[in-house]
Amino acid sequence: MMPIHPETWVSYTFAILAGFAFGFVLERAGFGSTRKLAAQFYLRDMTVLKVMFTAIVTAMLGLVALRTAGLVDFDAIYVNPTSMPPQVVGGLIFGAGFVIGGYCPGTSLVAAVTGKLDAMAFVAGAGAGILGFAGVYGKIEHFAKSGANQRILLTDWLHLSFGVVALLVTLLAFAMFAGAELIERKLRGRGAPTEKDSENFDDAHASPAE
Amino acid sequence: MAMDMTHAIHDEAHARDSAPMREKPMWDPYVAGFFLGLVLLGTFLVVGRGLGASGALTRASAKLAELVAPHWVHANGAIGGYFANGGKWWDDWLVFELVGVALGGLAGGLTSGRFGIKVEGGPHVSKRTRLLFAFIGGIITGFGARLAQGCTSGQALTGGATLALGSWAFMFAVFGGAYGVAYFVRRLWQ
Repeated sequence: MMPIHPETWVSYTFAILAGFAFGFVLERAGFGSTRKLAAQFYLRDMTVLKVMFTAIVTAMLGLVALRTAGLVDFDAIYVNPTSMPPQVVGGLIFGAGFVIGGYCPGTSLVAAVTGKLDAMAFVAGAGAGILGFAGVYGKIEHFAKSGANQRILLTDWLHLSFGVVALLVTLLAFAMFAGAELIERKLRGRGAPTEKDSENFDDAHASPAE
Repeated sequence: MAMDMTHAIHDEAHARDSAPMREKPMWDPYVAGFFLGLVLLGTFLVVGRGLGASGALTRASAKLAELVAPHWVHANGAIGGYFANGGKWWDDWLVFELVGVALGGLAGGLTSGRFGIKVEGGPHVSKRTRLLFAFIGGIITGFGARLAQGCTSGQALTGGATLALGSWAFMFAVFGGAYGVAYFVRRLWQ
């Protein structure tokens, strides 16, 4: 029965391997490029949305299949506890920082190790923001701890089975993929600036053709 | 395997390009997303938890702060717990995972030709402006990630795949916040 839950050092070794694959895929997805990431929020390049929702659907359907086959104990898998107020407000703040800074924490690390100085500045800023949060934590602790802080799933909220919610999430993802393709085609057709047209500071060569 | 397949597809596009090829093409977003999903599924099945980035960054930042102000850190309600009862900042799955992310990102950059020391940003901002806003954006993002107890990896991706209600709320809030602010900072990117 999975999860396997190996002993600590086996788990830490696996962490490095899984992280390696994660970082490698992020780089290959183009997430080491701040312009590619920011373009998501100007509807020029919908890669962020496509990669994220494909990953979510893939892992989710894998869990559904293995759970149905009785091979995985879903209750033994960690699920982020739900605390609506701090998660929604934190998400709004996070999103603002994402479009201002051009990265999120994981992608900034990938960009930083591939030599992007702006990503190094972002990582340093993120560290400062984290410590800033710790600095004001005493004052906002009440809000930060508000909400249920419990394991609440979409299935509980919608009063639907895991399989049905998984199907709905999959349909939502496909609807967004269709919308994303449509938007990209439309903006490309209108000659909107793409990554290829943007100048790079240090080298002005064109990005790979799509 | 699939890597070669996508390369082959993109190489055709390159052959039509007159410019000399310097970078390996990126993977198709759906292919990249599929592999990312498999990695995530793998962590669920082996260790019963998903991926993350801000958690390890928090522990590393807490350690750096502890070097300067140990008493403040140990007494802090947000990060003091990492050091309670002789706890080590690095003794967490997420720290090792993020070390892997750095190594994997580096390997990806070195093998794709996208490794390079440079400042990347919008076409109409100076390097100094870009670096300043990257730092400011980092501060805001780091703060938001702590308030939400996770980031795009630990909340949106991991919580999204396990159907966590709050993680889905976080994800839509992230897109809402980003699209809401995008117009006001468009000169940074366009």
